[in-house]
Amino acid sequence: MQTLSRQTTEGKRAIPGTLVFDGDAAQAGYALNAMCYSFNTLANRQAFAADEEGYMARFSLTEAQRDAVRQRDVLAMLAAGGNVYYLAKLAGIFGLNVQDLGALQTGMSVDAFKAALLEHAMTETRVANDGRLAA
Amino acid sequence: MSTICGGIFTSHVPGIGKAIAQNLQQDPYWKPFFDGFKPVHQWLAQEKPDVAVVFYNDHGLNFFLDKMPTFAIGAAAQYTHEDEGWGIAFERPFQGHPDLSWHIIEQVVASEFDPVTCQSMMVDHAVAVPFELCWPGDAPFTTKLVPIAINTVQHPLPSPKRCHDLGKAVGRAIESWSGPEKVVIFGTGGLSHQLEGERAGHINVDYDKFCLRNLAPDPEALLQHDTLDIVELAGSQGVEILNWIAARGALRGSVRELASNYHVPISNTAAATVLLQNSEKVLA
Repeated sequence: MQTLSRQTTEGKRAIPGTLVFDGDAAQAGYALNAMCYSFNTLANRQAFAADEEGYMARFSLTEAQRDAVRQRDVLAMLAAGGNVYYLAKLAGIFGLNVQDLGALQTGMSVDAFKAALLEHAMTETRVANDGRLAA
Repeated sequence: MSTICGGIFTSHVPGIGKAIAQNLQQDPYWKPFFDGFKPVHQWLAQEKPDVAVVFYNDHGLNFFLDKMPTFAIGAAAQYTHEDEGWGIAFERPFQGHPDLSWHIIEQVVASEFDPVTCQSMMVDHAVAVPFELCWPGDAPFTTKLVPIAINTVQHPLPSPKRCHDLGKAVGRAIESWSGPEKVVIFGTGGLSHQLEGERAGHINVDYDKFCLRNLAPDPEALLQHDTLDIVELAGSQGVEILNWIAARGALRGSVRELASNYHVPISNTAAATVLLQNSEKVLA
């Protein structure tokens, strides 16, 4: 199995290509994530779509967060403390699914991102010999 | 005395819910995943469990970062799935079992766990998708729900050992329940996947197979990695294996794998479905 990364001198684990959503990120990203959490409600999604700037102001997003949203820059949203579970609700408003998000973050085309996932393609099935599971 | 008849472990990708809503079970992309539920359906039709105790993680439907419990146990008479931001809300409600919920709460607190208790709680796709997969159709669910949410969103997350120990405490609590109910345990989420960052799309077949190989015979093998090890190995969302580790802890009898289906990819995820039987240990 692979060799795992170690703690950095700042005391945080540096996992390649991965932002660990910890207390620092949760504090920095609070406003952005709170706005995204509000998108569970259809009326709020519509209000955002009708007036993005006004809606971001209502949730007091930082300038970096607003800019990241304006640019549809997912990596910048993450760097500004966004958590992907909440950002997924924003992405839905833009008509982006998680594969579109993957492509945006890795700099690949959506087709190339899907092809990279398919490189792992496999199916492995086991069913025990058990009378209750007769076909 | 109540009995725990087994465990169902499954991925809960939101796209599966969308595929169900669009009736795509026979579509070539989805079929290998949905086919993994045939043995589960046969087993459930015979076992007819009265209650499902479900270890899962909330993705921002019921809990936000303002109040984020490490462990939360539902004690509601009914739970509903609601719109999570993409417009799909499954309509069938989930009947709760408040008396069993409170018994579990009493017992796990006596075991020195300190869960948040929820008399009102929405459950997201991590509960709704597994229920829809196990009991497809429109008929009301006849299996009641006790949901147990584990924080896999905001670090620090609970350790794999702590989750496993919580599962054991929940298993002991169910075994000590005086009612006649037959209980099935669920662990949902995983396997390897990562949605965000430059490593988005990360899949680790070796780690997934290690988990699938050891889940039934030697679940403690999964405790050798700490939470951040698992993030590195399985991806930031692959850490949902914590729900499986907790659920496996609740199966304290003689455990046998009845079925296992591993299919890559579903959306960005290495998907898996495992059915374990739990029988009383025979004292030879």
